[in-house]
Amino acid sequence: MIPRFTAALLPELILSVGGTILMMIAAFRGRRGSGLTSWLAVALLLAATIALIGAPSHSGPLFDGLISADLFASFGKAVMFPAAAVAIIAAHGWFERDSEHSSEYAVLIVFAAVGMSVMVSATSLVALYVGLELNSLASYVLASYRRTDERSAEAGLKYFVLGALASGILLYGISLLYGFTGTMSFNGIAAAFARGTPSLGLLFGLVFVLAGLAFKASAVPFHMWTPDVYEGAPTPVTAFFATAPKAAAVLLATRLCLEGLAPATDAWRQIVIFASLASIFLGAIGAFGQTNIKRLLAYSSINNVGFALVGLAAGGARGGSAVLFYMAVYVVMNLGAFLCVLWMRDSEGRPIESIASLSGLAQTRPLFAAAFAIFMFSLAGVPPLFGFWPKLLVFQAAVAAGYSLFAVAAIIGTVVGAYYYLKIVKTMYMDEPAAPYARVREPVQGALILVTALIVSPLGYLLVGQLGSLTDRAAGSLF
Amino acid sequence: MLSLLIIIPLVAGALCLCVKAEGARWIALIGTLIDFALSIYAWAQFNPNGPQWQFVEKVPLGGGVNWALGIDGIALVLIVLTAFLMPICIGASWRSIQKRVPEYMAYFLLMEALIMGSFSAQDLFLFYIFFEGGLIPMYLIIGIWGGAERIKASYKFFLYTFFGSVLMLIAMIYMVGTAHTSSIPALMAYDFSKTAQQWLFLAFLASFAVKLPMWPVHTWLPDAHVQAPTAGSVILAGVLLKLGGYGFIRFSLPMFPDGSLEFFPLMFVLSGVAAIYTSLVALVQTDMKKLIAYSSVAHMAFVTFGLFAMNRQGIDGAMLVMLGHGLVSGALFLCVGVVYDRLHTREIARYGGLSDNMPGYSLLFMIFTMASIGLPGTSNFPGEFLSMVGMFRASSWAAIAACFSTILAAAYMLYLYWRICFGSQRHSDAAAMPDLSIREWWLLGPIIAAVFWMGIYPTSFTRPFHNDVDRLLQRLERVTPAGDSKLTLGKGAMHMDTGAMH
Repeated sequence: MIPRFTAALLPELILSVGGTILMMIAAFRGRRGSGLTSWLAVALLLAATIALIGAPSHSGPLFDGLISADLFASFGKAVMFPAAAVAIIAAHGWFERDSEHSSEYAVLIVFAAVGMSVMVSATSLVALYVGLELNSLASYVLASYRRTDERSAEAGLKYFVLGALASGILLYGISLLYGFTGTMSFNGIAAAFARGTPSLGLLFGLVFVLAGLAFKASAVPFHMWTPDVYEGAPTPVTAFFATAPKAAAVLLATRLCLEGLAPATDAWRQIVIFASLASIFLGAIGAFGQTNIKRLLAYSSINNVGFALVGLAAGGARGGSAVLFYMAVYVVMNLGAFLCVLWMRDSEGRPIESIASLSGLAQTRPLFAAAFAIFMFSLAGVPPLFGFWPKLLVFQAAVAAGYSLFAVAAIIGTVVGAYYYLKIVKTMYMDEPAAPYARVREPVQGALILVTALIVSPLGYLLVGQLGSLTDRAAGSLF
Repeated sequence: MLSLLIIIPLVAGALCLCVKAEGARWIALIGTLIDFALSIYAWAQFNPNGPQWQFVEKVPLGGGVNWALGIDGIALVLIVLTAFLMPICIGASWRSIQKRVPEYMAYFLLMEALIMGSFSAQDLFLFYIFFEGGLIPMYLIIGIWGGAERIKASYKFFLYTFFGSVLMLIAMIYMVGTAHTSSIPALMAYDFSKTAQQWLFLAFLASFAVKLPMWPVHTWLPDAHVQAPTAGSVILAGVLLKLGGYGFIRFSLPMFPDGSLEFFPLMFVLSGVAAIYTSLVALVQTDMKKLIAYSSVAHMAFVTFGLFAMNRQGIDGAMLVMLGHGLVSGALFLCVGVVYDRLHTREIARYGGLSDNMPGYSLLFMIFTMASIGLPGTSNFPGEFLSMVGMFRASSWAAIAACFSTILAAAYMLYLYWRICFGSQRHSDAAAMPDLSIREWWLLGPIIAAVFWMGIYPTSFTRPFHNDVDRLLQRLERVTPAGDSKLTLGKGAMHMDTGAMH
């Protein structure tokens, strides 16, 4: 028994134990240790990713069904751990500027990663809540990481207050579900829902739990915190928020809906459809007037969650597979886009966030502009870029499930959304050049931009076969 | 073979980005010429009596992505047209584009690759990827090198076409989900239920009607044309619009024959309105490019008329109109570009009496004007004549509308020509413009040759797709509209019409 669960939990163990040791290093070496802890944290995350390879990491339920080590969870972790590592690398050279980079940044990301990995493997409401809170607490601190900066402090506070409220709603939902079913495990809840018409209390519980998760995934109508927090938080932290935790929340919702609430599909599907369409359109329309690139990308992330939810609403193994595929590509696209944002520096090397400063970038920095344009067209889902394919998959799932009209409505949202992505491209390619950016000398970040840009370029289609069969198997492990 | 047609421009485009302006021009010219030579080789190798799909390549990439290429005669002639116009576009941009030349050439070559891909794709989603991908380079070309209102025009172009196409995407998803194949040849033989066909037809119509464009969704076209640089207009009118017509003939007709029957009255009404209304609009334009843009919409109405007549003459005629219009409208935009490069205005009133100081230009412009009107012996005549014969068999009212359209075409084109080339020389700067340069002769000369070739011996262009139209007609046999015209073409007359095709 003991060897089995250590083998199955190896990634989490690596991260928890390693993270604790890193915390010690950070405590004793203080500011001098920041470079060391960063690279060690990256190494830990990569080691945890490598530990996912092999059968033990998906050997089945653990701790009497508290969490489940299955392919679904492994897939989520394989996406999130590298994304977290990129978020650490992205911070390199960012905080030092203000001599603010204490080593805790990397440690917090590692702990957030543990939280996310519990989230995606949770098969019980307890594990769900613990994972979510572990991730959230680390995130609150990260959002206010530059505590001397008013906007960052405000972002942290706002995130914390609203997050606490959402946690309360989630907990209330959990208590209702527990009260009416007498069990915390997803399977038990599924059995309770399968027993005839669900009672009003159960339905209330379901709605509250979904609301709590929608907050974390920043789906409309629980998205209000997103633009402010994304704008206020330091950019590497925003890059992290927009990718890994978001994927974790969507995956958690997917598992809960497809596994624990499967018999109540008709009940949650209408909620998900509403949240999906509302996110798509609000995310698209809200982005119109934005002048700050981080706020714009915040709306873009709301918009994108909407599309991932299209796959969830479709349900079934096919929908689940489409969600996984969508989130994997989404994480890559967004990491690339945020790495580009990190490179936006004025002539003195200070970060700059206005969209106007991108004017004429194609003439001053053609490669940078090309990469940024690739991410924008890809996020918009314009073929031939790879961002088109996950959108196609979620729409395929929706049409196959018989929700053609829903798919039509969602796809019209892509046209509305295309407008503001085009606006960025227009600013970079068609406007007169503004003051040129300072060059950022970070070869690792440059290489990451290149790799992400290549993945979302049409070359990405070469991956479809591999990635597709992986997501199919991962989603299949839920059923 | 087809992969090469797509890859050569891509490689040339990438090379363009690595060199300076002059190098990029030459690389682009050589790249497009190689592609043209390759397309001629494909034409020579194509066996009109052979199997429907030739030069087939298929590499499954897994997960439902297939690199499946193959062409029939219909795609072949459009590929040749594209490859023919591309070097001319590069030549037209030789001097008039001075800023960011390597980028410009790279986008043009990228667009050529994507258009070639759209015509040769044999997988539904591959087609969509190429078809939509073409928006990006065109968006950038209009937006970066366009006129004063370029930004608005580029957005309008992108969002209009994107909106039309996403509806088609949903239809494609439904088709693949129902038929369990994304292979275009397989879907062309698949029978969807009648109700499904109607919805699918409408969804595809949303995309192709915008692309072609048909009235009332044509409004992006004048803006895009007016703002685009000359070569952009040439490629837009010459090739991109043909993607719409190609879409109807490749998807709408063979895949949804019942849907086509259901909606052919709608198509006829829209085409009829377009033919008359946009001709009238063209008549009052004061901007040369706008005038030609509206005339394009009117000419494209002949394509939809001919196609939805669903008979041999109509479809052959529609194909010939597409080819002829590709040449002639491209040439007309080049003619506008010639004077625009000299005087930097498109306003018709700023010109006049050019036949005095630019006799060579006036001669060529006249030939293209006559071709646009559809004078016998020029490229547009066989197409317009055949599609009128075709539509007459389907609906005499449509034929009457089309007749009026040709009369109006003569009116606005001659009026344009008269205002520009004849009359007194009111403006000294216009009177001082030099005649065509050697480069401009080289651009327009090949088109003149092609215009007469197609006008005098259209069979060499219809031969490749003769059998393909046969196959399409077999597919449409059960739905072809009966027609209201009392005149049934006698055996001899039938022989004459189709005989001209052999």
